[in-house]
Amino acid sequence: HLATSLPLPSERDHLRPRIDLIVFMIDIKSKYSLKTVEASLAHVDASFFLGKVCFLVTGVGRVNACSIETNAVCKLGEAYCSPVLFCELELEGIRVVTAQRLLRMLQICAGHIPGVSALSFVSLMRNSDDD
Amino acid sequence: ENVDPQKTAFLLRKAWTLYSVTPLYRFHRSRLRDYARLLSAFIAAEKQKGLAVEVGVELDIKVAVSSLADLRGSEQDQAAVLVQLSLRSRVSSRNSEDKLVWLGWFCSVYGDDLSENMPEDFTCLPLFLTHGAESYTSMVGSWFQKTFDCCFRRLAISPLNLSWMVAMWTGCQLDRAASAVELVFSVPRLSQPLDISYAIHPEDAKALWDTVQKTPGEITQEEVDVFMDCLYAHFHRHFKIHLSAAKLVKVSTAVASAHCDGIVKILHSQYLSGVLMLLTELAISQIQ
Repeated sequence: HLATSLPLPSERDHLRPRIDLIVFMIDIKSKYSLKTVEASLAHVDASFFLGKVCFLVTGVGRVNACSIETNAVCKLGEAYCSPVLFCELELEGIRVVTAQRLLRMLQICAGHIPGVSALSFVSLMRNSDDD
Repeated sequence: ENVDPQKTAFLLRKAWTLYSVTPLYRFHRSRLRDYARLLSAFIAAEKQKGLAVEVGVELDIKVAVSSLADLRGSEQDQAAVLVQLSLRSRVSSRNSEDKLVWLGWFCSVYGDDLSENMPEDFTCLPLFLTHGAESYTSMVGSWFQKTFDCCFRRLAISPLNLSWMVAMWTGCQLDRAASAVELVFSVPRLSQPLDISYAIHPEDAKALWDTVQKTPGEITQEEVDVFMDCLYAHFHRHFKIHLSAAKLVKVSTAVASAHCDGIVKILHSQYLSGVLMLLTELAISQIQ
């Protein structure tokens, strides 16, 4: 399911299946996309931040067109304890690999992989500096 | 700022195309005359091959290579090197007044990051600025690449860096009445390309920057973001357009203007050093 921002319209709440993973897409060429994501984060229930949220930064192939500081996005990831993935959608190879990664994450978040849960992402996120 | 304004007047009000250059191997300042001769011969040869197509009158290209001692930031910087190409028309017999057709100069202003651990044989002049026909630029570039084993790359300026520039230059104190602060955006993904030009009265822009900047002489990314966000919000209030979703392609202030394709115009001698320092930094980060 794709949405340009959150919250999702409440009219369809009862028809909506369970949400296992939220991927926030940030276009490195658009400051506006970062602002939209930041505003949408406020509408996400805290329980999602236990491994069911990830940030996907697109357009990283074009360094010369970037309007966002990557540092700012990494800080966002740290603040919300969620992984930040970087990709370039215009390159088919990277697009496919990224899709596979997201699918794998979704399988784990949906509980389809025995022995691994979404909480594993949170513990993998911890910096070795923290210890 | 101990640069003689007379000597650097030629730099102002010209559109310079920017390149980053890797360190030059075995470049000797004592041999500048030799280099001019060799480059001249190289250009003549290229023209013979017909690579530089200048249809019409047969013209000689005179090359001058000189050192600009004052154009540097610190003592660690190498002094700038200027290359001038002039046309010497065989037709004119009155006087040998040569017409300047192309200018290019290498410089480094506070480029310590690059020159710090550089071995002796290398000369660090990471910023290259050109003014004139692309055909001459490519000939001069080829010669330097062959002779000094260096590499030239067009220096593109990202929207992030452009917003840094507009914030920095808006804050500059200018005695005379300044021109408007202008931001040009290009809107992506439309069937017909659309450019939006956003002009702000320089005093208003400076007043805004002054409320944002906390420490004079220091600028943080956060301050630049707040400044830009204010400008975007103001525009959105009036036109309901999110400029933050468009691509910032050009910024223009009374101090200097810069385009994302790596074209810069410096308008005020007072801030020449500051602008060059910023451009040197960009060139170095493109090299590394």
